[in-house]
Amino acid sequence: MPLVLHFPVSRIPCSPVLQASMASGEMWLQRLKISSLHWLAAQPGSPSTSIFSPAATPARSIFGVSVFSLVITAVIFVVVAGLLLYTLIRFRRRREETQREPAQIYGSNQIELSWTVIPILIVVVLFLATARVIFVNESIPKPANALDVTVIGHQFWWEYRYPKLGIVTANELHVPVSDPQHPTPTYLTMSSADTDHSFWVPNLAGKMDLIPNKVNIMWFDPEAAGLYLGQCAQYCGTQHAKMLIRVYVDTPAAFASWVASQQRTAVESADAAAGRAVFESNACVNCHTIAGTAAHGTFGPDLTHLESRVTLASGAVPNSTANLRAFVNDPAHFKPGALMPAMHLDDHDLDAVVKYLTSLR
Amino acid sequence: MATQTPAIETAASSRAHEPGKLILQVIHDWVTTVDHKKIGLMYIGYALIFLLIAGFEALLIRIQLAIPNNTFTSPQTFNRLFTMHGTTMVFFVGMPILFGFGNYLIPLMIGARDMAFPRLNAFSFWISAFGGVLLYFSYIGGSGLYGAGTAPDVGWFAYAPLTARVFSQGHSTDYWTLSVFLSGIGSIGTSLNIVATALCMRCPGMKMSRLPLLVWIYIVMSGIAFVAIGPLTAAQIMLLFDRYLGSHFFDTQAGGSAVLWMHFFWIFGHPEVYVLVLPAFAFANEIIPVFSRKAIFGYPAMVAASVGIGFVSLSVWAHHMFTVGMGPGPNVFFTFSTMVISVPTGIKIFNWLATLWGGKIYYTTAMIFAVAFLFQFLIAGLTGIMLAVSPFDWQLGSSYFVVAHFHYVLVGAIVFMIFSAFYYWYPKITGRMMSEKLGKWHFWLFLIGFHLTFDFMHIPGLLGMPRRIYTYEADRGWALLNMIVSSGAVFQAIATLIFVYNLVNSYFRGLPAGKDPWDAWTLEWSTSSPPPSYNFAVIPEVHSRRPLWDLKHPEDPDSNYE
Amino acid sequence: MGTVATLPHGIETPDANWKLPSRGIVGMVCLIVAESAIFIIFVVAYIFYIGKSLSGPTPHEVLELPIVSTICLLSSSITVHLAGHSLHRDQRRLCSLWLAATVLLGAIFLASTGLEWYKLIYQYGLTVRTNLFGTTFYSLVGLHASHVIVGLFMLSLTLLFSLQGKLTINHSERLEVISLYWHFVDAVWVVVFTVVYLLGR
Repeated sequence: MPLVLHFPVSRIPCSPVLQASMASGEMWLQRLKISSLHWLAAQPGSPSTSIFSPAATPARSIFGVSVFSLVITAVIFVVVAGLLLYTLIRFRRRREETQREPAQIYGSNQIELSWTVIPILIVVVLFLATARVIFVNESIPKPANALDVTVIGHQFWWEYRYPKLGIVTANELHVPVSDPQHPTPTYLTMSSADTDHSFWVPNLAGKMDLIPNKVNIMWFDPEAAGLYLGQCAQYCGTQHAKMLIRVYVDTPAAFASWVASQQRTAVESADAAAGRAVFESNACVNCHTIAGTAAHGTFGPDLTHLESRVTLASGAVPNSTANLRAFVNDPAHFKPGALMPAMHLDDHDLDAVVKYLTSLR
Repeated sequence: MATQTPAIETAASSRAHEPGKLILQVIHDWVTTVDHKKIGLMYIGYALIFLLIAGFEALLIRIQLAIPNNTFTSPQTFNRLFTMHGTTMVFFVGMPILFGFGNYLIPLMIGARDMAFPRLNAFSFWISAFGGVLLYFSYIGGSGLYGAGTAPDVGWFAYAPLTARVFSQGHSTDYWTLSVFLSGIGSIGTSLNIVATALCMRCPGMKMSRLPLLVWIYIVMSGIAFVAIGPLTAAQIMLLFDRYLGSHFFDTQAGGSAVLWMHFFWIFGHPEVYVLVLPAFAFANEIIPVFSRKAIFGYPAMVAASVGIGFVSLSVWAHHMFTVGMGPGPNVFFTFSTMVISVPTGIKIFNWLATLWGGKIYYTTAMIFAVAFLFQFLIAGLTGIMLAVSPFDWQLGSSYFVVAHFHYVLVGAIVFMIFSAFYYWYPKITGRMMSEKLGKWHFWLFLIGFHLTFDFMHIPGLLGMPRRIYTYEADRGWALLNMIVSSGAVFQAIATLIFVYNLVNSYFRGLPAGKDPWDAWTLEWSTSSPPPSYNFAVIPEVHSRRPLWDLKHPEDPDSNYE
Repeated sequence: MGTVATLPHGIETPDANWKLPSRGIVGMVCLIVAESAIFIIFVVAYIFYIGKSLSGPTPHEVLELPIVSTICLLSSSITVHLAGHSLHRDQRRLCSLWLAATVLLGAIFLASTGLEWYKLIYQYGLTVRTNLFGTTFYSLVGLHASHVIVGLFMLSLTLLFSLQGKLTINHSERLEVISLYWHFVDAVWVVVFTVVYLLGR
């Protein structure tokens, strides 16, 4: 059945630009867009977790393809919405018009073909750009002196193990800065001990899930020292919101010093002995490990170097004596739904154990 | 006859003296009805009630998130709120309201007297309704052992192993499972009815190529439902077995796979959102031509695009799982399929644009909602394309960018078109016009609220805010944005209340509508408003896609051009 | 009043040629599509978990090919087809005969499945909670068996009506709808048999 063509082809607007070649296009677009995205990137006073402030190669390559797709979609929006707006204004009913119905147009093969073919071409271009980034990300060989960290997600804290360095810690990840000439990226081998979690530090890389009975690997090579924030990005239960991530990217010297302090055994001090006795005779030992003591529990974080951490409860509160005391007394005070029970210690025992814990440097 | 009439008179007069009995009879009539129009209205009314409930839940969520470290709700309450909000909106607002409109309109549009299986129709409604009641009963009944239950708090997609017995104690998760399971049965029943009706009950002359686009799209939607709801049902049976029979489908300790649940759920979940959005397209296909005074541009392409969307939507599901670690092969495949679906979707937008072009556009309330739909659906589709770029999704997945994207589709496209459909078909259903003045108030307030909330909601996602968090740190730069997002919710709430008032008030005080207030062209406008229970006194016979156009323009009927 | 006049041109008179598909058949096809989706997911789960059990009996150790029950079930498709065929020619007694044969064959299949399960549970200690094989085996075969039960119930009712002489040639299409369901159940068994007893072992 022939379709009536009442639609002059010359009035069809030009299709969006398709020919931007990959490498030069990306750079050109990046230069254009970076300035307008600055307000999203920099926030005075605190580290920004914007995806537009990449500080490592994975985040940077994502940034590139993101900007590319943003530009394409922005152009499509301007063209189509512009046409729509024009149509809605130009063809609105005016009261003075007397002719009843406008010309009925049922379709046009040429026009419909063009607006099928052009989107297909756009899709092909965008797809190829994306596929390239996917494969590049996954195919970079692992350098010999990459740092290996095993990450195990728990409800509601992060366990970090450095197998080659013999370090076990929690919630605050220390990694070395990576010099592009002699890269020392960090490779995270990740799984979960309970439900699904997701490791997301936007400045460093896209997120990767931690799934029980499955091992995922991600990597990043931070370009500059500093503190990078993130948090769990897959709903894992009541305190998903407070499963925060702090990644400390250290200079080589600072990293070496941190490693050394983590590798030595727990510092013993005489006046903390009473607290240690309280710790070892209560249920604390069921869940926590402190190297060199009777405590070998693995359900909760390793506390051997608790005082080397800036925060408690996976970033929920700053690490101070008062906060630690309140937390040990009743974790629900800061983190209702956390799996650590209130220990119901009397004041004397509580003070002693806090004194002991604050000595664990 | 002489002996019968006094008996009838006596019965009638006795009823007049017992108004209580009359109310009971009305209730009985509605509860036992198999008339597609009444069932359609029950679906719609039921969905509106749940819309208000789930909207209230959203309001509570936004109050909690308006400032950092807020203590308006506890984390447990918050987690239940977003689970109930999502589950209610998808299964007990979206599906029923769209099935309701389909139920009401499809037989009228094809010149039939009822759906193919009227009793199945009633059964499907009541079982879905029971599902909704069951979900909310969880607030009372979910406690189980240890008092650890009440409403489900596992998120609307209930990832394993969070739903395992050990992580979700009590019965709250089971209420989720069972209520959604029942809703699925109702959905399959209604979808079956829609396909059987559209294929087997058309009036003479209504070949498939003359079917109104709304009916075509409902056929595609039902086809998707058949293929997509099964996986959810299967996964839920598996979950129930895990929780109660000790099976190991998703038991990671026994070698089971958490990712398997994700696959099964999203094989349902993605086509499900197309089930929700296709009827919005269906409404647009009927409303935009009438208020542009032009036939839809490219009917065959619209049919092909709808069918194409239906098929492709079954192949994109793992774009919800880009961060799960599937490997480059699947990531690339699902990136491609997700981008491909933009082609038939774009075709639809262009066809609507071409319908408007050269027309004579009347900006009634129904039309301005449809116009907003066009812009908003365009934006929603484009943010979807961004998310299809899997590396971009590695950053933005599970963040507020995704929440903004899908609310843009669900509210900006679907809810806006549902409002449009109300204003358009309310005269047919009730015989009264809705107030245009209140309609404009409704529109502008809702539009402002919608954009305040969902435009700004994209930004916290770009700044690293994940979803499903009951609070956030003050030093992340998200606080002001969340406050703006929350403020928009207030506008939307007020606008919705105005809408509900308009619905009720116009029933009593609206202007009489007559058969065909919009000068439209499909068969439902040929019968009275409201239609009689038998729909048509004489089953019509049609010769084109716009039978009423042919009648009104005998000198230039559509049948000359088809 | 709600009437729509016909087109002034009066081109066609489609009434005589206006044929629409049967509601029952279309409805049953839709139901089959929906049920197939459920079965496919259970089959996928079964295949995914082949060889992944951490402990317990393996398919190779405990499963025997259910030849007899398979032959019974597949033959019952033939008998139900013949039942429909004979009803279509108004041969009511023959229809009752074929229906009875179908019910009998289906019942033999069910009994045989029951015996197999009895042996698996009490002799090998395989239950749904033993391991992944137990989980996926019982749910897939059990889902199929539940559909057989529903089908047998429908067929038994039909047989009852037929024996009472209430089944006439006018019900031919309804019998066709039921037999379509039964053919679906058999087709699913072919898949389950292949995946569980051939591939999985």
